[in-house]
Amino acid sequence: MRTIGTTISASIRPERPIASGTNGERRPLALLFLVLLWLSLVVAFGVLVTLIVTIVIDGQNQFTWRLFTEFPASSPDRAGARPAILGSMWVIATTAVLTIPLGVAAAVHLEEFADKKNWFNRAVELNVQNLAAVPSIVYGLLALAFLSALGVRDKNIVIAGALALSLLILPVIIIATREALRSVPMEIRQGSLALGATQWQTVWRQTLPSAVPGIATGAILALSRALGEAAPLLVLGALVFVSFDPDGIFSGYTTLPIQIFNWTGRPQEGFHELAAAASVLLLVLLVLMNGVAIFIRNKFQKRW
Amino acid sequence: MNESTETEMVLPATSNQTVRVHARASEHFLPEEPRGVLQCEKVDVYYGNFRAVTGVDLKFGLNEITALIGPSGCGKSTLLRSLNRMNDLVDGARVEGKILFQGEDMYGKKVDPIEVRRRIGMVFQKPNPFPKSIYDNIAYGPRVTGMRVDSMDDLVEEALTKAALWGEVKDKLKQSAYGLSGGQQQRLCIARTIAVKPDVILMDEPCSALDPIATVKIEDLMHDLREEYTIVIVTHNMQQAARVADRTAFFTALADEGTGDRTGVLVEFGKTKQIFEQPADQRTEDYISGRFG
Repeated sequence: MRTIGTTISASIRPERPIASGTNGERRPLALLFLVLLWLSLVVAFGVLVTLIVTIVIDGQNQFTWRLFTEFPASSPDRAGARPAILGSMWVIATTAVLTIPLGVAAAVHLEEFADKKNWFNRAVELNVQNLAAVPSIVYGLLALAFLSALGVRDKNIVIAGALALSLLILPVIIIATREALRSVPMEIRQGSLALGATQWQTVWRQTLPSAVPGIATGAILALSRALGEAAPLLVLGALVFVSFDPDGIFSGYTTLPIQIFNWTGRPQEGFHELAAAASVLLLVLLVLMNGVAIFIRNKFQKRW
Repeated sequence: MNESTETEMVLPATSNQTVRVHARASEHFLPEEPRGVLQCEKVDVYYGNFRAVTGVDLKFGLNEITALIGPSGCGKSTLLRSLNRMNDLVDGARVEGKILFQGEDMYGKKVDPIEVRRRIGMVFQKPNPFPKSIYDNIAYGPRVTGMRVDSMDDLVEEALTKAALWGEVKDKLKQSAYGLSGGQQQRLCIARTIAVKPDVILMDEPCSALDPIATVKIEDLMHDLREEYTIVIVTHNMQQAARVADRTAFFTALADEGTGDRTGVLVEFGKTKQIFEQPADQRTEDYISGRFG
């Protein structure tokens, strides 16, 4: 009631029109900036489109069923990427089995149990961030040294490659899982604990299930990075010419990126076309995996 | 909370609301001294070096509703969270002095905080149902605490009935609790707490996120629950304390002259009627008449 007096005095201010005839969003500087933004987009997008169009045109002749069914051969007309496709599947599946439980467990410890003020835990946290930025070939060297120390003579086996790729994507999975856990509201944990649940029960029955969509998305994106890697596997001596199907985790193997690398290095034009066709296939696989990740994220995303 | 709105609400509210306080009080026999099921003896609560509350002596009576009121930062929520060891989860939080539950030191070495929380439940400021079905929200507590339950269906029905929610949700028990309105969600959280059969229910501003109609429902529910449970409620709303509480404890914050840190102290504790009609302390009177807060 006391406020009535002040309201009246405020309304005595002179009226000013809002139609000034100018538009602040259309000033030259603002327009210039908009054009610059747009150009950056064109550059980024242009490179991608050029790449895709080039490899599709290069590879179109070789994009046949033969690519999926045949083994590599000395003549490009008879060669296919069958063992590379199977090898990629074996390696990625093994990597997933090795990394996901380990990465999720590490993240759960760091996020839900570790004392965040402890210097050791903070050092671990910082270094996980750093590890995510280490070049992939370093992980290849690390896996090589580790396997040598264990006395493994033939390092060109699925499990060895998966080990190198696991080291590579473990930090990525840990970071993604931590993000997913952090996005589960504190109130959910408190509600569970206030009912007399233990920390363990709260993690198992509330926090982790709520974080699964985020974890799955992060894991798939990390695996799709591993799918495209060749360097760490080459360090481990992955075969470039495989004429058999890999049939287990101790089997020799090659993967699509290695096969592409190999074909690109051959002098015959036919092999370059094959490499382009295999690249298209690899791209399609990556797009599919990212698509699945986006689908999971949208479908199961929780709105609190 | 906006102080000016509270100030303006005092006058019209007391005229018709006090009638209800008296009506309620006459229904319920209130002993002169509370039969302390939960008791604070010289309790200080610290966060690291910061002392949030000091020197609290308080008894929470069996089958009574006790309200903790006071201005922001007076430590009433902190104290509430120490009453079922939820504060253990905050880094650096510790309690000095004694908090007795049924005569036993709640912070004793042999006491499992999990068991304390099972016996002393808590309802939070913002409704926090689990992202599960209504049924599973209720069944969660009994399941994780390993309660021996003859029929979970019966237990769920009983808890929802006591929380005055059964009629509204009995046909959609398998649906997500997130489909309920805010007030229904808060009653679900109360039902969830009841399901583990606690002795005491702590409520931390349970109506502050709810509209007035939902608030009335929760307040009515608290009166019904008093028959079986001891209830402690923190509230910012003095009218709410006047409406629901048998006894009221008024807290305020004192600033340390050296450091400027504000520490909560208990100013006055008594029957709600006495606190609101004949406060013994000037600060209580100033607060309830809206002169500060």
